[in-house]
Formats: sequence, structure tokens, C-alpha cells
Amino acid sequence: MGSVMQVVFDAASLGSLYALGALGIALIFGVMRLVNFAHGDVIAACVFVLLWPSVDAVAIVFAGNLPWFLLVPFVLAMGAALSVASEVVVFRRFRNANPATMMIASFALGFVIRYFLLMLYSSRPKSISLLPTLSQPVEIMGARIPLLQVITIVVTIGVLFGLTSFLRRTRFGLEMRAAAENFTMARVLGVRANRVIMGAFALSGALAAAIALILGSQTGTANIVMGANVMLMAFIATVIGGMGSLAGAVIAGFLLGAIAVVMQVILPPDARAFRDAFVYGAVILVLIFRPQGLLTARGTKERV
Amino acid sequence: MSLLSLSNLTIRYGRLTAVRNVAFTLAEGEILFITGPNGAGKSSLLRAIAGVTPPAGGRIDFADHDITGRAPEDIARLGVSMVPEGREVFGSLTIEENLTVGTGMHAGEHGWRGRAADALEEIYATFPILKERRHTQAGLLSGGQQQMLVIGRALMTNPRLIAIDEPSLGLAPNITDQVYERLIALRAHRKLTLLIVEQSSTRAMMVGGRMILMRGGEVLLDGDARAMGQSEAMQAAYFGYGDH
Repeated sequence: MGSVMQVVFDAASLGSLYALGALGIALIFGVMRLVNFAHGDVIAACVFVLLWPSVDAVAIVFAGNLPWFLLVPFVLAMGAALSVASEVVVFRRFRNANPATMMIASFALGFVIRYFLLMLYSSRPKSISLLPTLSQPVEIMGARIPLLQVITIVVTIGVLFGLTSFLRRTRFGLEMRAAAENFTMARVLGVRANRVIMGAFALSGALAAAIALILGSQTGTANIVMGANVMLMAFIATVIGGMGSLAGAVIAGFLLGAIAVVMQVILPPDARAFRDAFVYGAVILVLIFRPQGLLTARGTKERV
Repeated sequence: MSLLSLSNLTIRYGRLTAVRNVAFTLAEGEILFITGPNGAGKSSLLRAIAGVTPPAGGRIDFADHDITGRAPEDIARLGVSMVPEGREVFGSLTIEENLTVGTGMHAGEHGWRGRAADALEEIYATFPILKERRHTQAGLLSGGQQQMLVIGRALMTNPRLIAIDEPSLGLAPNITDQVYERLIALRAHRKLTLLIVEQSSTRAMMVGGRMILMRGGEVLLDGDARAMGQSEAMQAAYFGYGDH
């Protein structure tokens, strides 16, 4: 019983990370058909904002020393700010470009962010202790689960509910949903394009920051490539979920996390090193049978 | 004083010229039909007025503002509301949400909810079927209901000019009659200016008012719809014989 619970919690917390990442990508894809590959680097940058720039091996903790109730909003705000800045400085100039051009621009932006971090902090992973109290285990139905896992899952569910009610109940949410479905028509009805797109970037950046907080606490390190794996899985989740479908992205994120953790358990020990190959194999299977993704987003047809 | 004025308007898609040197003015409260065969440039004209397709040349003025090449959301704020071809409802949003999208620019003292509530009641009074199904996803409505929804949605922005692309497209004749009946009533009631694109000129002749006949991106005829219906030039424009 205990070990089954352990697997369930592992799957749910890994899935939470992927789901949060996928949401951040799907939100932006929904309103401007941009697959933002810089998202992973925004995640990494959000961890590094806690440190003072230095190339020393030892991390000089700066904002990381804030109490948690200041630290969390600070990181979320930095993520949102960085993301909005990338819209204003980079993506706005590609607003009318085709999706492939925008995607390449996002790769370029990702490199700029990563090498900027490299310059300021060096490429050595630094050990940090972010919110250390969270690594203590709690006992749930016979399994010893790290508190952080529980918090990750609870926070993710909270974010999902919060985002859903934001999209359903606020004027801004209504405009975002309309714009995601048919951007031109929304503008003809007076919805301000810049406002909606900047809002999507701010939300996406705050989601990246949430992932950064979880990853930083989980791994205890700050590494300039730490967002890459989540980004890749999150991107795959948005594809499986049906590009632009928020619900699809979340479901597929949890599904990927579950598959990865279950593979880890059921694969023979010799094959475990190739776990990701099996996960991607499962992804290919899904796409063979449902090339449009699990849920099809409306309004993903070409805009005229 | 004209509400809308187009001069020398040219619209291109790549190398294809869809509209060439079109000029006309539209007075406040007027009703204007733009008719003509497929590919005449009618829809392009509407899209340029709404700011969806920036023109390649010429100038568009609306209510004393030069709106040439301005963003659709700015043009909407000045009082232009376009209903595009194919209706384009937000299929996953409910009817009420579809209607509410257009009220963002009139926040006013009651906030958007207050403003939306008043405007909604007015639209529901005109189109009772929309009220009945207010919480239904718009994608599930019939063509006629969708047409009423998009007209209602356009009215929610409280426009001075409403520009509709083919309101009769895909509708049964009796439904089209209903749609037009409401449009004409609304025009009188709200002092709306109407710009209606239709492929066929029959509707224009039934309703009356002014008609512009386009072909190959140019204006061929401009005059009273009923008088024009009798003319030979009009037959020529549709069937392509005669010189023009």
C-alpha cells in the first residue's frame, strides 16, 4: 500500500510540473500561435534571480533569503516581468510573421537568456537551499512523502482552479478566451491585442516561476539548463493535448508524468536508463492514433 | 456631413489587386448595399474599413478621423462594427459570453458588467431566441441563430456604422427575411448607418436604399437600388457582356 501511494504521489508531482509547464506554453500558443521555446530558460532565470551574480562555485544567496511569503511573490513577479519583457522586446516584432519564424525567434531568445545567465553566474551548477523545511517527509497512508511533493500537487491544483475561474469569471479572461479562439474577430469587437497578449505572457511567466520554485527546492541546485527537460516534456504535453487546448495540455502533462513514473517502476532495471525512450515511444503511439491531440482546440485553423 | 468616406482605396494581397481606386461616401443614417459577383472585392472593402486588412493605397475616413491602416480595436472604438463573412462566432463561448466580448470598451461608471447587463437586455429584446439559449455554446446554434448572434454581438459595441458581410449566406429565405426585418427596425430605432454586402442584388431591391455594384475590384454603378434593378447596365455587370 505504502509503495503504491509513493508511486501515485511521484506521478502526480512530476505530472504537476509538466502540467504547469504545458499550461505556460499553451496559454501563449492560444493567443498568438507562438511555441515559446524560451520558456525553459525563463524557468532557469527565475531560479537565478534569487542569487547575486557571481561566477564563484558557491552561490551568494540574495533574494533567496527572503521569508517565503515575500520570496514566492517576488519570484512570480520576476517571472511575469521577464516574460512580458520578452514579448515587448522580441515577439511583438514578429506579430505578423509566420509561426515558424516566431518559433525560431523564441529559440534565439532562449539562447540569449541562457548565455546571459552563463555570463553572470557561470555554467557550474550551484547548490542552493531554497525553502529547506519542505524536504521533510510527511506520512500519508503508510507512505513517507516529502512535504514538497504534497505542496507541489496542492499548489498545482490551486493554480488550475484559480486559472479556470480567472478565465471564466473576469473580463480579462473572457477576452483571452475569445482571442484564443479567433484573434481577429476579438479585435474587431474592440479587444486590445497588446493587452491580451501581454496578459498571456505575464501568466505564462508566473507559471514558469512557480516551476522554478518547485524545481529549485526539489533539486537544491541552480543550473542554467535546469528548465530544459521540463520545457521539452511540457512542449510534448501541449502537442499531445492538442495545441492551444489548456485542458488538453494539463491532462497530457499529468499523463506524461504518470507514464514516466510508472515506467521507472515497471521497467526491468537494465532498461530503466532508457526510460525516456519508452515515454517518447508512448507519445508516438498517442500521436499515431490521435494526430490532432487528445482534445482539439477550437480556432486553431489558419487565421486569414 | 459624411460618416464614412473612402478615396482612391486600393487593396492588394501579394500581387493580386482585390480593390482598385474605390471611392464613395456614406452619410449618417444611410443604408448602402454593396453587391457584385464573386471576387468583386466586396469583402476586402469591408475588411479594410474594419482595419483587418490594411489597404495598399488610398484613404479611409470615419467620423472625421483618418482610420487608414489603424488597428481594428481602435476603429471599433470609433464606432465601426463589422460582421465578417461566415459569421465567426466564438464557438466554445456561450451566447452571453459572445455578446459580452464587445462591451469592453464601454466600461463606464457601472463597470463592464453594468454596461453589459443593460446592453444585453436590449439585444435579448430584439432577439428573444438568444435569451432563451443564453448559456448554450455558440457553436451549437443553427445558422440563422448564429447570424442573429453576430448581429447582436456587433450591436453590443454600440456602433454608429455596422458593416455586414452576406447576412443571407447559407440561410433559408424566411430566416433571411427575419434577419433583415430586425436590421431595418434597428436602423430606425438606433439611427444606425448600415453597410451591407450581398452577392445578389435582389435583397437590395426589396429593401431599397442605395446600392453600389462592384466588379473586378472597381465600382461600376452607384445609385438607387430600385432604379438600378431595372437598368441594363446592371445585367451586363453580372453576366459580363456589354462594355464598361
